[in-house]
Parts: sequence; structure tokens; C-alpha cells
Amino acid sequence: MALAKITSVSGRAVYVPGNDIDTDRIIPARFMKCVTFDGLGEFLFYDVRKNADGSDKAHPLNEARFKGATVLLSGLNFGCGSSREHAPQAIQKYGFRAVVAEGFAEIFFGNCTTLGIPCLVAKREDIARIADAVNANPQLEVTLDLDAREIRFGGQVVKATLRETDRDALVNGRWDAIGELLEGRAAIQAAAARLPYLAA
Amino acid sequence: MSKSLFQKVWDAHAVRTLANGQTQLLIGTHLIHEVTSPQAFGMLRDLALKVAMPHRTFATVDHIVPTDQFAEPFADPLADAMIKELRRNCAEFGITFFDRSTGKQGIVHIVGPEQGITQPGTTIACGDSHTSTHGAFGAIAFGIGTTQIRDVLATQTMALGRLKVRRINVNGRLRPGVYAKDVILHIIRILGVNGGTGYAYEYGGEVFDRFTMEERMTVCNMSIEGGARAGYVNPDETTYAYLKGRPYSPKGAEWDAAVSRWRSFASDPGCSYDDVVTIDAADIAPTVTWGINPGQGISINERVPDPKTVSGDERTSVEEALAYMKLQPGAPIKGTRIDVAFVGSCTNGRLSDFQEVARFLKGRKVAAGVKAIAVPGSQGVGVLCAELGIDRVFRDAGFEWREAGCSMCLAMNPDKLVGDQLCASSSNRNFKGRQGSPTGRTILMSPLMVAAAAVTGTVADAREVFAVADR
Repeated sequence: MALAKITSVSGRAVYVPGNDIDTDRIIPARFMKCVTFDGLGEFLFYDVRKNADGSDKAHPLNEARFKGATVLLSGLNFGCGSSREHAPQAIQKYGFRAVVAEGFAEIFFGNCTTLGIPCLVAKREDIARIADAVNANPQLEVTLDLDAREIRFGGQVVKATLRETDRDALVNGRWDAIGELLEGRAAIQAAAARLPYLAA
Repeated sequence: MSKSLFQKVWDAHAVRTLANGQTQLLIGTHLIHEVTSPQAFGMLRDLALKVAMPHRTFATVDHIVPTDQFAEPFADPLADAMIKELRRNCAEFGITFFDRSTGKQGIVHIVGPEQGITQPGTTIACGDSHTSTHGAFGAIAFGIGTTQIRDVLATQTMALGRLKVRRINVNGRLRPGVYAKDVILHIIRILGVNGGTGYAYEYGGEVFDRFTMEERMTVCNMSIEGGARAGYVNPDETTYAYLKGRPYSPKGAEWDAAVSRWRSFASDPGCSYDDVVTIDAADIAPTVTWGINPGQGISINERVPDPKTVSGDERTSVEEALAYMKLQPGAPIKGTRIDVAFVGSCTNGRLSDFQEVARFLKGRKVAAGVKAIAVPGSQGVGVLCAELGIDRVFRDAGFEWREAGCSMCLAMNPDKLVGDQLCASSSNRNFKGRQGSPTGRTILMSPLMVAAAAVTGTVADAREVFAVADR
């Protein structure tokens, strides 16, 4: 199965401010009682978006003007905490195709790449500029260019970085590693034979 | 050239370099549980793939199990579907499942070491971020997502970039009443919740040399809370003594060969690290969190921060945390009233955790109005506690003594906070809503500090409550 080459993502953006937004906040654990990832999108950021009675709290994702945004903007250490893939799955199923933040927690970052979700790192002041622009005009198109390593919006351009291994995987359509891992079967057998604890 | 344990284990398990520059890394031991594996088995079926090394894959059930009574079917149909799905997947793919009926069920990070599956010089992966626990044995252990679980199931390998290594020395001796939990909370406080991004932490120094395996596990467990994907301690005589005679440990002549191999994986003297941090054990006090991430910690005699004394970003974080925790700026943390006390979890749910609390809890009573629960991390821990009469000490004091599981650490089972209850907890995360109520509050601390909070009904200094220095 050929994977899409993800060289850029364009769309409207929404800013969810805050540092250290953890995976429990992205998807509370009680919504992980499932045997498929279907339907997780509706529980994204649930406890900060919804009151106990199911009514809306004040949250950017609840604002009509940001409906349909495909780029999520946030702060430092986004996605810290648990390894649950349910977090990036919820982000993707909600409709996001990319995340821009000041930094990412490692397991979350890797899980996103594996799902074809680019996670770009940008400077705080640059994220603030994008946020100001989309808050002023939620229809503004924001483009994440993985080849040029930049983000373009409303005539402005800011730099963005992405770990090279992950950028390579995304732009060359090999972000889901399973095909390549399976091709290594002979090498796996050889490596395993050198390790006594793996003997059957 | 001298190498660190991380480099040696990495090199021994590197299969080849992938097109994007990552390494295809052999994963010697794959641990799975009911929450993050069902979708991976689904993907495996979709691709018509088999499990590459079922004999190196081990399963248990921990997150969703009720701890008050295990009877199946579970009252929660979603939880019941998950345990049935795991049972089906293990049967279909020939995977050993430490189900309740085997007497070996428990939290995955307690079961692996207890069974002797976790061994030095190996690579381990599990769909759970606290997999770093297994590093206590000199293994390199990674928490992974579900798609990577699929990769490991299908190929016994995964794609990963090499980490840098930060050596963290804790020198000197810990003072009485200061525990492994305080050491890791102190480290995270100093280095930050994202200070470990891109690193594996190698813990060492006199404190780790003296630590038992269970203490080393407590520290390695929370490496991820400091942002480090893995954390480990070099294997030594303490490690080998722990492993000797366990069900999956090598036997007979194989034992000596294994120990000699394990020894060879330890970091070479004089090897270089990407970073070195040195901490004086005397600077570590009983530590508690006051905020909404594990790096927001203070010693028991400090005051919670006042946002007015910090600027910019940090002020916003402090304000957000204090508002959520309903704590007053600049107030002492000691004396804060608690509602719930929880001893358990993959961080502090081992025999020595309950044993140490029992030493001091005997003859004391849980304060009126406090709900106190003690949850052994595995059936094995539960049995040992019963043999030693430890469960009786907890029960007599007014704790509910439960059956093995993750329990109140993460609220995927019936053990949850209600409303804005405040919990003194020996677990690992104090995130907003972590313990099951969207407004529930968590203060992380060592098991003995939880016991002190339980008997006084407030956040308290266990050294005073239990006259620790006199014992």
C-alpha cells in the first residue's frame, strides 16, 4: 500500500493555548475503554470542552468560527504523559491534519508521525503571530511546508522545524514503517540469532 | 572504545538502518495489556500478519480490572469486552496470558520483573509509558503507541531514533523518611517535565548502588514524567540476586552464562555521556506535588509558589495549577486537608512499599472522613502481604485492602475520585482529571507520606507523624 507523501498541509487553524497539555487532557482515560479507535474524535479535550451535564465550556474548539480547522496550535511539551495512541487518533479523527507547538513530548510525537500527522516546532512568538492572525480572521489559510520547513499565513512566513527522520518519513511517504520493517525479515532473524535470550 | 549500557544494548539489538535514518531495533520482550493492544491485533488481522515471536510476548490485564471484586463478567460492559478481547487475542496468536486464574496477574510493570521476564541487557517494549520501570534491571525499555505495538507483534522490531544519554548521579545517603519516590520527584522538579526529551536517563551514584530493585523500579518508572523515554540503572549483584530463582530466570549452567552476559552490558568506567547531572542525597526531603504536573513539587516544609513572585509563562502555569488545585498562593502545603489516600500503582505497589508503611501504620487509625485504599500491584504482591500479615495492619488501620490492578492511578476502573476530592497518592501523575473526576485533585508522594496523610487527614510530614528517626 503506497502511503501519501505529506509535503505540506494547508487549512484553517485554531490555537489551544497552554504548556504541558497532557494526553489525559487530550483524551481522558475513561474514553479508552474501547477495542477500536472509531469515534474518538468527539471526546477530544472532552473535560476542558464540556461540563458534567454535557453542555459546552468556553474552549476554542467550541467556537463556531473555528469549526473545520485542520491545524492545531499549542504551547510547550504538547502531548506529555501517557503513550496512548488514542490521543493522536482523537486529534486526527476530530479532523486535524497537523499540529504546531513550541515542543512535543517524545512518545506523542512518534505516534503522530506514524499516523501521518506532522508535528512542527515553531518559536513561541511565531506561534503567537499565527494565533493572532487566525483569531482576527478564522478563515485564513495556514500552510505548513515540510520541504521549505516554514509556515505561511496571510503573506507572512515563519520558520518551523521537524526532526529529520520524521520529516523524511512524511515527505517520502514512509511514515508507517510496517512495510519496511517486514522487508527486514532476514536481518531480524540474523540479529535475533545472536541474542541467547530470544531462543524459542 | 568505552560505551554506556544504552549504547551496548542498542548496538546488540540494531537490525539495520531504515531509509529515513532511524534504526530497526529488535525488541526482545514485548509486554501487552488490554487497553492499548486490541486495536493492534485488529491491524494485524487486517494485514493478514502473524505474531513474529509469540514466545517473547507476554500479556496481563491491569488497567480496567475492578479491585474490590474480580468476578466476571465485570459490571462495566466495556471493561468486560476488553478482557475478553485480550483473552481471545492471546489464545489465537499463542501468547502467554497471566490471567487472573494463573495467580500471576497484576500491573504489567510489576508482573514482568516478578516473573523474571525483565532481564539486564535486553530491550523491552510495552504500550504504556511507564515501561521505563524495567530499566531498573539494566534493560532499555520503551513505552510505545498502538501502531508500534502492531509493528512489534508483526516483526519483533520497531523504528526508533537513538537517544542521547544523561547520567544522573545521586551521591551520599538519603535521610530517614526520604524514599525512592522523593528522589524521582526531586529529579523531575530540578530537570523539568520535558528536561529529558531526547534522552535516556542513566541513574547511578551511591544512593542507587544501595537501593533495592524495588526502589530502583520506583525511580525508573517515573523517567517518562521527566520527559525521558527510557531510564535505567546498571545491573549489579543486587540485580542478579533479585532475579535468581524467578520463574523465567535462567536456570542451572545457563544462570552463570547469563550473569556473565548481563555483567558485560554495564556502562564501562569512563564512558562518555551526553550530559551529567549530580545531586546530593542530603538535599532531598520528603517531596509532594502542589500542581498539575509531576514537576510541580516542593518539599513538605515548603510553601506553594505565589504567582506574584514568578513572571511570564511560569506565572500563568502557577496560576492555572493553583486555581485547579484550590490552593492559596504562598500557603504551606502541610496541613492541606485530604479526602482520599491511595497506596498502590506501578510506581509504588510492590511488597516493600506496603512493608514499609506497615512498619509505621501498626496501631494507628485512618482519620475520620478519609477514604483510604491499598492496592497491591500484583496477585503475587497480595499473597506475600497476606503471608506477612501486612494486609491485616492496613485493614486494622481502616484502609480498604484491595485486589491487584492499576486502580486509582488512572481511573479506567471503578476506583475514582468524586467531584473535587483531594487524593494523597503514591501514583505517578497529578494531571487534571487523572484520577477519574474532571475536577479531582492529586498530590503525589511516597507511600509513607500517603499513610501520614491518611492518619492525620491532612498533607503531613511522615517523619513527624510516625517519629521516623526514632525507629
